[in-house]
Amino acid sequence: MTLASEYEIENLEKNYWKNKGKEILKDWQIYVMVIPLVTFLILWKYFPISSMVMSFKYYRSDSSFGGGVYTSLFIGLDAFKVLFNSADFWTAFRNTFVLSFYGLVFGFPVPIILALLFSEIRNTGYRSVVQIFSYLPKFISTVVVTSLIGLLLSSSSASVNAGVIGGIFERWFGLTNMLSSPSCFRPIFIVSGIWQTAGYSSIVYFAAIIGISPTNYEAARIDGASKMQQIRYVTIPGMSSTLTIMLILRMGSLLKIGYEKVFLLQQQGSVGSTYETSQIISTYVINNIMSNGNINQGIGAAADLFNSLLSMFLVLGSNQIARRVSTTSLF
Amino acid sequence: MKNKQNLKARHDGFKRMDTSEIVFKIISYFIVTIFALFCLYPLIYAISASLSGIQAVNGGKVVFLPIDIQIDAFKDVILEKYFWISYSNTMFITFYGTIYCMLLSILGAYALSKANLFGHKFLNFILIFTMWFSAGMIPIYLNYIQTRTILGNMGIADQKWLVVLAMGMSAFNVILLRNSFESVPKEIEEAAKVDGANEFQIMSKVFVPMSKATIATVALFYGVSRWNGYFWAMKTVENIYDKPLQVVIQSEIATIQEQVSEYGAQTVGAYASQSFAYAMIVCAIIPILLIYPFIQKYFAVGVNIGGVKE
Repeated sequence: MTLASEYEIENLEKNYWKNKGKEILKDWQIYVMVIPLVTFLILWKYFPISSMVMSFKYYRSDSSFGGGVYTSLFIGLDAFKVLFNSADFWTAFRNTFVLSFYGLVFGFPVPIILALLFSEIRNTGYRSVVQIFSYLPKFISTVVVTSLIGLLLSSSSASVNAGVIGGIFERWFGLTNMLSSPSCFRPIFIVSGIWQTAGYSSIVYFAAIIGISPTNYEAARIDGASKMQQIRYVTIPGMSSTLTIMLILRMGSLLKIGYEKVFLLQQQGSVGSTYETSQIISTYVINNIMSNGNINQGIGAAADLFNSLLSMFLVLGSNQIARRVSTTSLF
Repeated sequence: MKNKQNLKARHDGFKRMDTSEIVFKIISYFIVTIFALFCLYPLIYAISASLSGIQAVNGGKVVFLPIDIQIDAFKDVILEKYFWISYSNTMFITFYGTIYCMLLSILGAYALSKANLFGHKFLNFILIFTMWFSAGMIPIYLNYIQTRTILGNMGIADQKWLVVLAMGMSAFNVILLRNSFESVPKEIEEAAKVDGANEFQIMSKVFVPMSKATIATVALFYGVSRWNGYFWAMKTVENIYDKPLQVVIQSEIATIQEQVSEYGAQTVGAYASQSFAYAMIVCAIIPILLIYPFIQKYFAVGVNIGGVKE
C-alpha cells in the first residue's frame, strides 16, 4: 500500500473547492429547490429577528427620533430598565408562568386518563366514533371557541337570560359576570383548553398503550392483579417513555401560551377587567405597546426579547433532559 | 397492524374478567361517553340556538334541542353580503396559502433531506432555529407592515396576498416532510437516476407518491391553520373587503354582545340577536365539519413524536 505523497495531498486540498464547485453545479436542481424556503425564512423569520436590535433603541412608529429600526437613537439598556421597573410587566410575567403551570397540572393528566379509558372500550366502532368526536374541537378556530365561551357564559341582564352555562353558575354558585371577573379567567382558560386539545392529545398516549404486549396483562392477571394494579404495574411502566418525553416537552413550551386565545378571551369581558390574572407577556406587548405608537416601541421589543430568550432556554434545556432520559428528542 | 392485534388479543384474553375489571370497563364507557358529549355539546348548542325562536333564546329555554324552530337567522346570514365577502377571502387565503406553503415545504424538505446539498446541516439548523427562537410581536408586526407597503408599491393592492405570502409557513411541517423523504429507500432513488430522471422528476414521481400520508397530513395542518388564522390578519389587513372570515365574525359577534349587554335584547322579530351570532358560527365551521370525516384518518401521523428528531 502506498501512502499519498505530500504533493498529492496538496493537490487534493487545492482542488477541493474546484471539485466542490463542480459537484454543486451538477446538483444545481436541489439548490433551486431550497431557494424559496430559505428566502421565506430570511424575509419573514430572520429579518424580524435582526430587527430585535430595536430593544436597545428609541424607536417610535411615527418615525421621530431617527426614523427606522436600525437608524433610530441608540439608548442601550434603558428600555429594559423601564420594563423591569414596571409593575404591569411583572404581573404579566407571573401570569404567564401561573397560567402555564395550571395548564400543566390540570391539562396534562386528562389526555392520559382519556387514553386509558379509550383503550378499555372493546367495541371498535363505538370507540372510534367517540374518539373522532373528542378530536373535533382541536380543529375549531380560536375565534369561534372564544365567541362560544362569550355567548355560553354571558350573564343575565334585564331583558335577556344568561347563556346556558353562565346561567348554571349564576343559579348554583352565585357567580355573575364571569367573563369580566379576574378570578374566573384561569378556570375558563384551562377548562376550555382541555375541551380543545385533550381528545387530540390522547392520540399519542393511546398509541403507547395499545403498543403494550397483551402477555404482560395475562401475566399480571395470573398473579391476581386487580384492574388498578394492572394499570399501576403494567400500563404506566409500559407508557413511561412517552409520558416522560411529553412531560418534558410540555415543560419546554411553558412560556408559549397561545396568546391569540388569551387576547380574544380578554375581549370577551369589559376592557381591561381581567388583566390582573389574564395579561401575559405577549398580550402585555399587544395591549400596551403595539397599539400605541406614541411610546417607545423598543420597550415592547425588549419584552419580546426577554420572552423569546427565556423560552428558548426552556426548550433547549428540556430537550437536553429528554435526550438524557429517553434517547428520543424533538430536535 | 401489530398494535391492532395486541389490542384484540388483550380483549380476547379478558373473556373471564374479575370484578375490578368489569367495574373499570363500565366506568370507562360512562366517562368516555360523557367526554364525547362534553366535546360536542357547545357545537350542538350553537346549532340549536341558531334555529330557535326569539322567546326561547332570550328566556334561556334552549338547553339541547331547538325550540320554536325558525330559519330566519340563517336566511339573514345568507343575505349578509359582507360576511360572504370575508368567507370568499378566507377561501382564497386557504386555497392559495396551502398551495404556496406546500410548494415551499415540499421543495425545501426534499432538498434538505439530501446529504449532497452543500451546507445542508447549516440550512437544517436555520430552519430548526426558528422553532426555538422567534422574533417578538413588535418586530414581526413591523415586518408585516413593511411587507404590506412594499406589496402596495409593487401594485398588489389586494392585501390577501400579504396573508398568503408572508404568513403560515411552519418549520415543524417541513421537518415532518423531510423525515418522511429521508425514509424513502436509497435504491429506488438510484434506480430513477439510472433511468435518467432529473431531481424534479425524482421528487414528483418517486418521493411525493411514497410520502402521501405525510403530505396529506401537512396539507391538512396548513389548510386548517389558514382557515382559522386570526391575529396577524386582524392586525395587518386594512382594506375592509380583504378581511378574512375569522376577523369579521369576531368583530360582528362582539358588536352583537355589546348591543345586548348595553341596550338589552331585541324583543321583536323572528329570532334573537344571539341566534344570528350562532348562525354565523355554524356557517364558519361547516367546511371544517364537512372535510373532517375524510381527514381524521391522518391524525396519527402528525403526533408521531418519535418521527421528529434530527
